[in-house]
Amino acid sequence: MSAALLIDILLWGSVAAVGFIAWRRGRVVLVSSLREGSLEFINIVPRIALGVIGSGYIAAVIPAEVITGWLGPNSGWLGVLTAVIAGAATPGGPVVGFSIGAVALKVGGGPPQVIAYVVAWALFAFQRLILWEIPFMPARFVWFRAAVSVPFPFLAAAIAMAIGKP
Amino acid sequence: MRVRKPISWSMLFIAVLVVVSATLVYRRDGIGGVLEILTHDLTLFGGILPRVLAGCLLGAFIAEILPHEKVSRSLGPKSGLKGLLIGTAFGAILPGGPFTAYPVAAALLTVGADFGATIAMVVSWTLIGYGRAVAWELPILGVDFTIWRIVIALPIPVLAGALGRFVFVRMYPKGEPQP
Repeated sequence: MSAALLIDILLWGSVAAVGFIAWRRGRVVLVSSLREGSLEFINIVPRIALGVIGSGYIAAVIPAEVITGWLGPNSGWLGVLTAVIAGAATPGGPVVGFSIGAVALKVGGGPPQVIAYVVAWALFAFQRLILWEIPFMPARFVWFRAAVSVPFPFLAAAIAMAIGKP
Repeated sequence: MRVRKPISWSMLFIAVLVVVSATLVYRRDGIGGVLEILTHDLTLFGGILPRVLAGCLLGAFIAEILPHEKVSRSLGPKSGLKGLLIGTAFGAILPGGPFTAYPVAAALLTVGADFGATIAMVVSWTLIGYGRAVAWELPILGVDFTIWRIVIALPIPVLAGALGRFVFVRMYPKGEPQP
């Protein structure tokens, strides 16, 4: 079974489960949440469309090789800083982010720097913020969350340096 | 239903970014390059749509069936460390991808969770959620790296949520302003 199919089963299974709970609360609850969810969907589609259809162009302008270059030679805290910036600038989905991390490890990037890169990318890769988080959530929350996340890739690198792992 | 402005600054910024990038692609690769990316992304978009619908429904059901009073007690501004831990646990077990995490997080915000607990949830989903780690990180970066990366990241959701609360009460001493 493919991962995508598994995700879809889990996803629609969860929808069915909470839908069942709503139905048990009464028809009105079920109908009003269905309407609310559909309105939200209609509202969101143009935003997602802009992000998804536009993201290919952004990714084409920032090729992966540029990011890999930033992750290369520097070590120490300067290396961590460039890794964090590279993480924020990485376009594309999980394959791109993790593959760049893997390449950096292979060409001699330090594990704390690669940890900082992966954590920064997970926390505030700008394309995910734009593509997914902003359409669904209040923009004020998204920028706030990204801003308070900034220290944590550095913290993760510091922990990695302190414990000497991975 | 949350009221949205039809055009927000963030969306405008994205639109400008996309137009500039597409222009650069056009100048580099010509119309063929532009169309190739467009076809690819339209296919991607078509594949994502049903999942986005599922995410929206999930968010709407959760907003409807969760009792507001209980949510604001367990995830609200006064929920303390416990609220951050609940947010973290919830983010870690949430199934699916961004198409579920963000609608559900938005639903939590509307039913009374505060910025801190919601930050803990989103950060936990992205850093220690199993979905991405199992599907992508393990095969690409290996078991050793992935496990250590997750161990190192374990405290981050709670810390980020706590920092969020710390900053929030100083930025908005009278609570979040209405847009």
